[in-house]
Amino acid sequence: MIDVINLNKTYGKLDVLKGITTSIRQGEKIAIIGPSGSGKSTFLRCLNRMEEPTGGSIVFDGRDITDPKADIDEHRRQMGMVFQHFNLFNNKTVLENIMLAPVYLGLRDLRRLRRRNRLIRLRNLFGGGKLPLHPIDTSAARIKAEARENALRLLKRIGLEDKADAYPSTLSGGQKQRIAIVRALAMNPKVLLFDEPTSALDPEMVGEVLDLIRQLADEGMTMVIVTHEMGFAREVATRVLFMDGGQILEDDAPERIFSDPRHPRTREFLSKVL
Amino acid sequence: MGNFDKKLERFWEVFIEHGGYVKVLTGLQNTVWIAVAGLAIGILIGTLIAIIRVAPKSGVLSRALDGLCVFYVGLFRGTPIVVQLLVAYYVMLPLIGVNIPALQVCVIVFGLNSGAYVSEIMRGGILSVDPGQMEAGRALGLNYRVTMLKIVVPQAVKNIVPTLGNEFITLIKETSVVSFVGAADLYVAFNYIGSNNYEFMVPYLIMALIYIALVAIAALIIRQLERSLRKSDRRH
Repeated sequence: MIDVINLNKTYGKLDVLKGITTSIRQGEKIAIIGPSGSGKSTFLRCLNRMEEPTGGSIVFDGRDITDPKADIDEHRRQMGMVFQHFNLFNNKTVLENIMLAPVYLGLRDLRRLRRRNRLIRLRNLFGGGKLPLHPIDTSAARIKAEARENALRLLKRIGLEDKADAYPSTLSGGQKQRIAIVRALAMNPKVLLFDEPTSALDPEMVGEVLDLIRQLADEGMTMVIVTHEMGFAREVATRVLFMDGGQILEDDAPERIFSDPRHPRTREFLSKVL
Repeated sequence: MGNFDKKLERFWEVFIEHGGYVKVLTGLQNTVWIAVAGLAIGILIGTLIAIIRVAPKSGVLSRALDGLCVFYVGLFRGTPIVVQLLVAYYVMLPLIGVNIPALQVCVIVFGLNSGAYVSEIMRGGILSVDPGQMEAGRALGLNYRVTMLKIVVPQAVKNIVPTLGNEFITLIKETSVVSFVGAADLYVAFNYIGSNNYEFMVPYLIMALIYIALVAIAALIIRQLERSLRKSDRRH
């Protein structure tokens, strides 16, 4: 689903990523572990071009998204992202946070279709042709109603439907992060990217967020998770990447990495954190 | 104080019997209009400039626009507003060859001037918003412009309301120079009343009180606005 080919990223003279090549298949749950500064977050953020790679390519569903001509917004809709600091929109209620992007994009697509149909009608009128119109089977009100319904269903799923009209500043970190996850889900992404989703949480809130991620994993969602939660990585991941110094040093099943690491750097790292 | 009573009496005479109150009301209306319309134009221009200035400078076009904005801000912050009024009215208009009433020239010049100040206020406001907000919008597939307008700018505006209020108050007071190009503001009205019998003490005193009242009302409105914008915030 995602093929990463010789990905490079440099900040000035600093090489953060040095030729990363790997592929992510549908349904895989990939945990990326490694010491800080190893480039794991940068790698994740390159996957949806939140960081601009300086070399190499990323092929997502057969299309090279590092191509400057690629419509990156279109690709990002298929790749949900969850941040360490949640990044809920502070000026929007919980419900608005979840509905904002689906409603905006739905309305925009509707406007585009209508504009295209107007052009076709005009052409039919003057050219005497009979070009078919694009079928429109929805309306602005319906798009909003559906997005609302979907958002409420997602909130119900995480048990926060009573917070629909609350502002993010009134929520706990765990609540914020679970809402951030369903906000990403509301776009029906093909893959979810998690950037240290529990690192900014109080310890007692880590569990509820990991539970939600685990549920999504069990439902078959493809995901890439940068994490320091080794227990979680071991339990949920189908593959673990160990990164250090901007490279993938080890890429294996979690049982292998955690019980029988090959690379000396992996061994050293795991001995410190486990 | 007998002297002052007499002055007050004379003022009252001109104010009521010679139609002074009509001038004062017109002047008050013009003063408020120039300040309010000027601020509105200023916010529009200022927001536009601020967005251009914080946008990533990738191409030739965005750099050129940025340079243009820097020049604009430098121009309008670098000259006194009186000079801007005089240049607009006595230099630019004759050069272009159009005839616009002085009051409208004042509104435009105050708007352009305020735009330069508001742009810097707004730029600070936008930079004060957590970059994570922009990232979250972009990660959902919204483009830069939409994320800016729907997420970042509303939060920036909330942060800068007190500073914008300051700008509004400054504008109200600065309008007292519009008589330089012949617009009839509060100063013109009270100057007319005073000139009627060369008695300036009471008219100017009352003029000062009206300015204080105007600013107090403006401060009240700003505080209300601030309070209503704080609803998404825990700091009540």
